[in-house]
Amino acid sequence: MAMQDGDECNAELEASNGQSTNQWVTSWMDRKCCVKLSVQPSRGLVDEKFIILVRKVFPGFQLTIQALHTCDHGHSWEAFSHYTANATGTVNVSEDPSLGGTYSGVEPMGLLWSLRPVPGSKPGLRMKKINVQTPMVVKISVYQGHQTEGLVDQVPLAGVVVERWYMAPGVVRIPITEERLSATLFLPSGPGPFPGILDLWGGAGKLVEYRSALLASHGFAAMTLAYLSPKVVRETGKMVDDTYFEKAYGVLERHPQILSSRIAMLGFSIGASVTLRMAVYSQVIKLRCAVCISGIHVQPIDRPVVQVLSYFNDDAKTQVTKENHVISRNWVLPITKDPSLKVDVGRLQCPLLLVVGEDDQNMAAQESALDMKEMMERAGNSHLLTVLLYPNTGHLIEPPFTPFVRFSNFRSVKLPQMGMALLGGEVVAHSRAQEDAWRKTLNFLKESLYGGTDSLSRL
Amino acid sequence: MSSPVMMSVMRCFRFTRVRLWSVYSTAQNRQVFAHSCLRRLSTMSHTVPPVLSVVPSRALVDEKFRVLVENLPPGAPVTLHSLHQSEDKDYWEAYGHYISDERGAVSVADDLSFGGTYKGKEAMGLLWSMRPVPGSRDGLRLRKSDVCTPLLVNISVYSGHVTEGFREQSPLALAITERWYMAPGVQRIVIKEEGVKGTLFIPPGPGPFPGILDMWGGSGGLMEYRSSLLASHGYISFALEYFSPGELKSADTEFEYFEKAFNIIQKHPQVIPDRVGAFGLSLGSVFTIMLAAESNVIKLQCGVCVSGNHLYPRELTLRGVFLVLASKSHKIRHDENNYEIWRDMGLAIVNNPTKGKVDVGKINCPLMLLNGGDDQNWPTVEAAEDMAQMLRAVGKEHLLTRVTYPDAGHLIEPPYSPHFRATKFIKDITKEKVILLWGGQTKPHADAQEDAWNKILSFLQQHLYSNTTPKARM
Repeated sequence: MAMQDGDECNAELEASNGQSTNQWVTSWMDRKCCVKLSVQPSRGLVDEKFIILVRKVFPGFQLTIQALHTCDHGHSWEAFSHYTANATGTVNVSEDPSLGGTYSGVEPMGLLWSLRPVPGSKPGLRMKKINVQTPMVVKISVYQGHQTEGLVDQVPLAGVVVERWYMAPGVVRIPITEERLSATLFLPSGPGPFPGILDLWGGAGKLVEYRSALLASHGFAAMTLAYLSPKVVRETGKMVDDTYFEKAYGVLERHPQILSSRIAMLGFSIGASVTLRMAVYSQVIKLRCAVCISGIHVQPIDRPVVQVLSYFNDDAKTQVTKENHVISRNWVLPITKDPSLKVDVGRLQCPLLLVVGEDDQNMAAQESALDMKEMMERAGNSHLLTVLLYPNTGHLIEPPFTPFVRFSNFRSVKLPQMGMALLGGEVVAHSRAQEDAWRKTLNFLKESLYGGTDSLSRL
Repeated sequence: MSSPVMMSVMRCFRFTRVRLWSVYSTAQNRQVFAHSCLRRLSTMSHTVPPVLSVVPSRALVDEKFRVLVENLPPGAPVTLHSLHQSEDKDYWEAYGHYISDERGAVSVADDLSFGGTYKGKEAMGLLWSMRPVPGSRDGLRLRKSDVCTPLLVNISVYSGHVTEGFREQSPLALAITERWYMAPGVQRIVIKEEGVKGTLFIPPGPGPFPGILDMWGGSGGLMEYRSSLLASHGYISFALEYFSPGELKSADTEFEYFEKAFNIIQKHPQVIPDRVGAFGLSLGSVFTIMLAAESNVIKLQCGVCVSGNHLYPRELTLRGVFLVLASKSHKIRHDENNYEIWRDMGLAIVNNPTKGKVDVGKINCPLMLLNGGDDQNWPTVEAAEDMAQMLRAVGKEHLLTRVTYPDAGHLIEPPYSPHFRATKFIKDITKEKVILLWGGQTKPHADAQEDAWNKILSFLQQHLYSNTTPKARM
């Protein structure tokens, strides 16, 4: 009987269920010739988009695309989605809707941000890249049919490997130990000089490098600083005070490849609290601009900034969900009227960008942002303030396409034993917020740090 | 003077020649860089430099990039410069002269280069127009041996229209881009089986995949980069080592060696047995054609021949081939630089009826021939015409696809490779080191390389990836 080549291939595909082994092997092998899977680019920065294409399947063919990743901690993460090929036998993840899986709808990057720990993993895991000099490796595979489990036991139709890098080629990583600091500096490639950013992570403690590496990949000399349990604290048994951050600023200011008049601070969570304090009160630190993500201005001004939250720890105000997740946002509510307990942002002299998730269950970032706005309006410097407020977005606002985590286990200054903190947010809205906030943060930093009256382009 | 001003005066830096070039190698090794050693000369130490970006910063060698400079003054003359240090430690460079637009930007993909090693709108000119820096040795060729690491290229922007002395000046900005011959997940496996030597590259994924026997040219040794690139496009590719110049025994390689190599591919559990083709460059093409025409043991699904020909009798070993060449060596000419031109040797055989040629009429698979019209090494275009006639005589001309690129030379490499018009070569029998003229003019040759690769990939896709005919399962 006369058949078209295309029909042939598809007849095998449709008939393959319940066939004898020999026939299955033959049709399996022919099926392989058909399916082409590509991800462009195969090597990209973590904030770059990719295009996933599946081609040469039968029109209307149902398939599942899966992403698999083993993080630096050794845990397995998985995402998957269901597609139906169009009339030309193609699926384009950037244009076609997912019909189900760990995300749905048209989501070009859904296979990354909807990654979650495989079933059976420990609860409360968070994906963090420890070694930023190696890429995040993701295996993308395509399977026949709309499947939700057991993929690991099957042979995919096709598979590719994708690398996601935090460091662009030529970015240099320099551990900093001078002045007894615990920090890492990332320099962009080239002679410079470059604007500088002092990058402060949050309550999770140890030195987190990936955001600074990514900022350097965008042309900023970025130094990430550990301040909650760095070596000096371990050695002396004392918490750091303001001079620790001023010393870090000094390292940037004196660096031959950094423009001393163009230094910013970017802080997340407790790091944001530190940023606000330094921006307003430090006589040494002169910031060109500041970015605060998921932070609050409420803090005892006359105490070391690292005690900012333990000061407000109030069991009576702690809520616990039925899953035993701790909500600590209420500790600082209602926002105090006592000026000694909050940073006087009315005295701020540089542009400030606040990135806030409306569903932040860890800190009252939204109420704090509103209060800061009022203070600045009264003081007449509110033109310096930009607030990005994202609905259904939680506390942990990470670089784009980082898998969403709604709660996480950590021990911090406020939770003496390991517990689970509720961070808030809903996966789709939160992922969109991460993408949008990063783009706007980069633009804000570029404008403030690369633009201005003394830049070359304005001559 | 106030303290900050003092500090800015003291912050005058000089980029010494050593520092500029060691930044490159340090970044290459990703090591801790002692910033206290680095000093830079700038007359405007408070001024923000322009921003140079290459997107994508990491790519396969056959992918395009966009080079963009921003934050320049409007209407500023600048030079875009590329620099690469080869594995042999030679430096290669290219450059183009641009003028920034009213927003202070230069986009290499969209703007015109007004001069340099390339002119006009050339998105990839900074790669394909590269040549050895002034003062380099003669006859250099750029080929990557280690395909597991990327080729690193420094892209820099300099103030003004610079034509020389790039080493002595400090660029305004610099970006490093990685060019890879291997996609992530491609496996590299060294093969030493039944006396056959080579390297196998396997794409990521379960397979099975079509296979390709990849044979290099007469300069011998083992070059893996084309095979790793083919694997990055979904083919299991076997880079075959069949000849090492100076190694007496390898010249006795017989035809059976190639058949054995082909079998090794076919037997591989991830290879689709009836989807194995061959790809040859120059001398490698000769064996591709021989396998297609003369083998009773293997069946090629298709063949790609770049700068190839059919001008060798089947029964000769390589040594015999070289002896034939030696017998015709009186036909070698020399150009004004004393580079050797071999094409007349081949013409003598082309013009000779039948003797010393592969019986091309016995070929039964599709064959693609890609040649340069300015090939000074071998009369590949004439040979291709001769092959077409032989196939026409037996009604098989439809199997042949011929592509000829006027003004391209013999060494048609992957896209954006520099053009090698004449390079060093060791003649096996005499061990003499000469410089062979390969031919070609740089811009047409670069265009040919880009177009040839697209055509080759389409051809392989069509013959190795499309469905088999129905008869296999009736």
